Amino acid sequence: MNSVKKAFQELVRYPSAIAGLVSVFLLFALAAYAMIAIPYSQALLLWRGGEDVWYQNPKFAAPSWFNYFAKVKQPVSFVMDETSAGAEKVVEVGEQNTSRINITYTFDFSYDAFPQEILLYFDANYKEKQPFVSIYWLTPDERKIRISDFGVDSRQTFRISQDEKLVRRLSGLEPMQGLFVGEDGKTPLKGIYKLVIEGITFEEGSDINAEFVFHGTVYGLFGTDHQRRDLVVPMLWGAPVALAFGLIASLGTSVLTMIIAALGAWYGGWVDALIQRITEVNLVLPFFSILIMVGTFYSRSTWVILGTTVLLSIFTGGIKVYRSIFMQVKESTYIEAARAYGTSASRIIFVYMIPRMIPLLIPGVVSSVPAFVFLEATLAVLGLGDPVLPTWGRLINDAFTNGALYKGLYYWIMAPSILLMLSGLGFAMLGFALDRVFNPKLRDI
Amino acid sequence: MADITETTDSNLGAFLKKTSTSTFARIMRYGLSRLITLFITVVIGIYLTIMIANMGGYVDTIMRNEIRERITQSVLTNKAYQDMAPETRKKIAQDLILVEEKRLRLDVPVAVRSLNYLTSALKLELGRAQNMTSDNGSRTVRLILLERLPATLLLMGTSQLFLFFASVYFALSLSRNYGSWIDRLVIALSPTSAAPSWFYGVFFILIFAAVLKILPFGGMVDAPPPETKWGYSMSLIKHLILPVSALVISAFFISIYNWRTFFLIYSSEDYVEMAKAKGLSARDIERQYILRPTLPNIVTNFALLLISLWTGAIVTETIFLWPGLGITLYKAVGLFDIPVIVGSTIIFAYLLAITVFLLDFVYALVDPRVKVGG
Repeated sequence: MNSVKKAFQELVRYPSAIAGLVSVFLLFALAAYAMIAIPYSQALLLWRGGEDVWYQNPKFAAPSWFNYFAKVKQPVSFVMDETSAGAEKVVEVGEQNTSRINITYTFDFSYDAFPQEILLYFDANYKEKQPFVSIYWLTPDERKIRISDFGVDSRQTFRISQDEKLVRRLSGLEPMQGLFVGEDGKTPLKGIYKLVIEGITFEEGSDINAEFVFHGTVYGLFGTDHQRRDLVVPMLWGAPVALAFGLIASLGTSVLTMIIAALGAWYGGWVDALIQRITEVNLVLPFFSILIMVGTFYSRSTWVILGTTVLLSIFTGGIKVYRSIFMQVKESTYIEAARAYGTSASRIIFVYMIPRMIPLLIPGVVSSVPAFVFLEATLAVLGLGDPVLPTWGRLINDAFTNGALYKGLYYWIMAPSILLMLSGLGFAMLGFALDRVFNPKLRDI
Repeated sequence: MADITETTDSNLGAFLKKTSTSTFARIMRYGLSRLITLFITVVIGIYLTIMIANMGGYVDTIMRNEIRERITQSVLTNKAYQDMAPETRKKIAQDLILVEEKRLRLDVPVAVRSLNYLTSALKLELGRAQNMTSDNGSRTVRLILLERLPATLLLMGTSQLFLFFASVYFALSLSRNYGSWIDRLVIALSPTSAAPSWFYGVFFILIFAAVLKILPFGGMVDAPPPETKWGYSMSLIKHLILPVSALVISAFFISIYNWRTFFLIYSSEDYVEMAKAKGLSARDIERQYILRPTLPNIVTNFALLLISLWTGAIVTETIFLWPGLGITLYKAVGLFDIPVIVGSTIIFAYLLAITVFLLDFVYALVDPRVKVGG
């Protein structure tokens, strides 16, 4: 315990180690938060969800906090139903089972750009006679624009921008511009807008509800993608996936490499020769192409890829380093003593030889984590990522295939890249410092 | 790699040892023995590749399907059979398929057949692509791949050479100014090499193509390609800048750091102190007393670096739409074109082996132990 404490004290002398520790800690905190806030099954459902889950979100929306820094304030998306503040529903019962239902949505619009779309999701209940609605638009300068009127089905979506007649009424302007444009004819008019739905029902107990969905051009903490998905889900869930992949792969690789190197060094002869030859073959095996083959021919599951990665990474340069050290350890006197009193080979290897190497193992494990974290992202960028998991690499791939760089949707690529960089750099810096602590040879250089 | 070199040299070179003792012959002998071992290694590697690709019986299924389709088509369109009853025609087709499968030796056991595949794979004779065509319109896998080879070689060759010389130069000057702020900066930046080249590529495209608009997003030449030779090369260079910088930057700081460490270790040797005491010029000391003994280490280190650089090439090419082997592999994955996937894996194995061989050869040239035959 004392030596751990000493190593830790040694470690925090390096500023890069502190930075690394902090970012690794943040990453673990993010992963823990992700798993608590959005349980695994729910995350998968959300990530795989289509329009039915994400209809409330705009497409390609940048994060909302961009508005704090931008000169041109972009409209923020929101959703209202009858119970929200700013909504008002008045029901007047009339004669012959008819009733008038007036729903008014009041909202403040103080942005410099036009929104993407406004939708009304009607939910009416009736038996035979359809309710009828008229929709009006009240601007801050007290103009009243008739949007449309129609009989409502029990479930109906009304997209304001797709109403051809409205385009004509707005003298050819796109509805989203026509409804918001101010006197100058270019910029939107700021102020309080109202959307009024005047409905009539013709049956007893018949009712109309409408959900008001406003698709701005910015949304949430990380924005949305081409499928209206909230990028918070993959941004959060990328952390546990990346950590699990990186840590398991690097730990698995290092431990197996060490065991195999120890076996080779201990038994020598053909075992050692075989290990050497496998390492040579593995050197010319195109690691990545083989992963691609496994990904395309068998399975894209992260676990299969992880297993293959570990298998292919065991027989690399590391095995030679460990072997040469084990060769020295094998000759040391305490091993000779153990042999003399008849200890079994497995006990010598696993209890006497390998534990001595743990100080060497730790920096190795930590510094190879980034490579595996990025490997997962790389595979995802090639379209070989796990089809169900929301990951950072997946996000970059989606962004790239949807031309985010050409369209200027930089947020889509930057957010996952920054998190990838943070995790990569964190582990790399920590590994660097650990290497110096555990390998005194490097300390002075 | 030094380890491999020594063991194989003693194994294979033993019988050649007596023939000659001149330096040239020694290097040739070393090169030859390395070539033979590497070839054996490549053969085993490609055999493994085939086994992986065929483990689910994929290669067989492709071949069987192709035979079935070809023969059924030819029987259907053959005028001589047109008056026959459908059953008879079916029977004829079935028999022909069996004969064809026998001819292609699909009836022999997997172990024997895989050896047949191996020989054709070594020659890159992988038949026809399923969905892809080369720019010349050929569907032969070999042509599709060989057509792409020059682009990849240009990109990788440029970046590898640039990386090597730039980092050796910087490492030397840093070891001279050991402890200066620039030295510390490089040490601080060396963890950035954890990110692969495509990652930097994305940022470079973002900065230089999307925001500043001074360099192209990707591709190899302007469209339409310039007609003069000079214009063509200029356009090529313009398109090379970003991918080469991405490849170089991803390995730059870590290699400077590693090599600077080698230089520092060697510059504290006694014979360097001796040379200093004799009053030799700093240049001579650097060249003769520090660089010479470090070079074998550097070459070995560089070889390992290049192997990881090749791996990154696939995605870097994809990101930059560089028309090389990597993007071909990426497209083949998208189109599920199995012969092309297997073919590019094999060609990458060859390229890796050639890289290893060339560096081994350089190693032989710079390592006095090989020259003298230690």
